[in-house]
Amino acid sequence: MADRTTVSGSDAAGTSATRPVEAVFDRRMALLLLVALALSAAYMTVSLRGNIAFALELRAIRLVALWQVAVAVAVSTVLFQTLTQNRILTPAIMGMDALYLLGQTALVFLLGGLGYAGLDPALKFAAESLIMTTMAATLFAPMLKGRTDMTLMLLTGVVLGILFRSLAALLARLIDPNAFAVVQSVSFADFNTLRRDLVWPALAVTALGTAVAWRARHLLDVAALGRARAVGLGLDWTRTVPALLVLVALLVAVSTALVGPVALLGLIVVAGAERLIGSRRHARLLPAACLVGISILVGGQLVLQHGLGGASALGIVVDFAGGLLFLALLAGGRR
Amino acid sequence: MIVVSNVSHRIGRAPILTDISLTLEKGGVTALIGPNGAGKSTLLSLIARLTPLQAGTITVDGLAVATTPGRTLARRLAVLPQDSAIDARLTVTELVGFGRFPHGAGRLTDADRAIVAASLQRFDLGDLAGRFIDTLSGGQRQRALVAMAHAQATDYLLLDEPLNNLDMQHARALMRTLRELADTERRTVLVVLHDINHAMAHADRVVALKDGRIAADGPPAAVAVPDVLERIFGYAMRVVDVDGDPVVLHHR
Ligand SMILES: Nc1ncnc2c1ncn2[C@@H]1O[C@H](COP(=O)(O)OP(=O)(O)OP(=O)(O)O)[C@@H](O)[C@H]1O
Ligand SMILES: [Mg+2]
Repeated sequence: MADRTTVSGSDAAGTSATRPVEAVFDRRMALLLLVALALSAAYMTVSLRGNIAFALELRAIRLVALWQVAVAVAVSTVLFQTLTQNRILTPAIMGMDALYLLGQTALVFLLGGLGYAGLDPALKFAAESLIMTTMAATLFAPMLKGRTDMTLMLLTGVVLGILFRSLAALLARLIDPNAFAVVQSVSFADFNTLRRDLVWPALAVTALGTAVAWRARHLLDVAALGRARAVGLGLDWTRTVPALLVLVALLVAVSTALVGPVALLGLIVVAGAERLIGSRRHARLLPAACLVGISILVGGQLVLQHGLGGASALGIVVDFAGGLLFLALLAGGRR
Repeated sequence: MIVVSNVSHRIGRAPILTDISLTLEKGGVTALIGPNGAGKSTLLSLIARLTPLQAGTITVDGLAVATTPGRTLARRLAVLPQDSAIDARLTVTELVGFGRFPHGAGRLTDADRAIVAASLQRFDLGDLAGRFIDTLSGGQRQRALVAMAHAQATDYLLLDEPLNNLDMQHARALMRTLRELADTERRTVLVVLHDINHAMAHADRVVALKDGRIAADGPPAAVAVPDVLERIFGYAMRVVDVDGDPVVLHHR
């Protein structure tokens, strides 16, 4: 940001217009990358004991999962915030992961605990993602018509979130205690009880989704100007935006399926990245948000596992920090 | 050429526009005037496909706005919507740079940057180029938004109340710029104005809307007539002749 405020002088006329737009990969981005890599390396190596090959493999899989969740959450939050033109709401705050939980509980309710456990995980995952994507699209698409009113959106999100959670709780009450334990285990984000079978399929979806988002980065910059201006600049709003929203739902489904809901992670990650790089241009914001997400998740897990002896689930810590940040953002106005 | 034929529009049950037909030949400045709520912005958004058409057809150079790909249209027609709220942290240069989006894939070439620089210069934004738009005054921001539409370098330019927030000097400069674009580059400008004297002084043609219908249409001299003005705006106003140009004393 500093390099941009300096051009506000009177000589800026020609120079800043002809000056190349700031590079995607600058010092700050390099620093973020370095932190993310260093934390990952530390995660892999700190206090390795016993069967090293086995421990390394276990850690590597977890690391991949941590990265993947961080990227899915970061990308989906950036897209969601851009498309709805706000800096506070995230898919999770709008009840998207509650929707996922509802789907899980409904499945357990319909099939019973054993039936649920007996489902082919990849197939189940695909079906869940599909259902979730369709529901999210039908629920959230109307909000993209016309001007999005923050208050209305927030209210809608809170109400939907409560609705989905209550429905899930209602269903949970109707199912037998054994099956309920299954529901419980998917309801909280925990990287220790990671769904290993899902890591690779989820990774494929996340990679694909992230690639699509990256390709759309310039479109996203334009979409951030608001519907009218974006359409005026030639963006096909009615086709592009629902498609990107489906992508958001898919990414949320993936990360929730893998570790459970990490409600406020997206908020921290995007707000943090925006402040760190001082830009909302997607070519910079997307990678920065991913790197911040990786640093937070990997760093957090490192501290939890080795500092606190695995006393708590990472999701809870992240949500606590996120809750504080959310309040700070609300108190500080829209940005 | 922009051809609007038999366009009607309702919101809910309320008729907003009723059977509008209008042809804008290529080149020239057309001012769209009329009281608040007459339907000016609605008509402009329909032409610029910001609002989907309900009835009737609109073509720009023969391309139907309802079916032409957005990008194709964005290379021919730029629009400045009336609502100028913009909630993005951008510098003036970055904002104006978005005007080049329809012509590339988002990456600015040197030629694009030259056009952006020229637009900045043209709207007196040189000193503000590096400023963030959320730190600008209302009039400065309005000029930046007009510059963005200008940088789109389209044959057709639709501006909804571009004089909003502008001081007298910049309002005059903007109207002269529009005139110049029409005269020297054969651009077609459709501009919504509330300042009727600007319309009289700078437009070739004045179209007046009232209650969703065309209430008057013609060269300034034909519209700057007390009877016509009273029919449009609902009160009597004097029109005086100053050195051969009509001046409407609407404020007295
Ligand atoms: N979303 C909406 N819902 C209901 N009515 C609307 C809506 N948008 C516009 N209108 C109505 O449509 C009519 C035309 O609006 P429009 O914005 O086109 O007027 P305008 O001529 O541009 O007025 P102004 O000079 O105030 O900008 C107005 O009566 C307005 O109240
Ligand atoms: Mg208007």
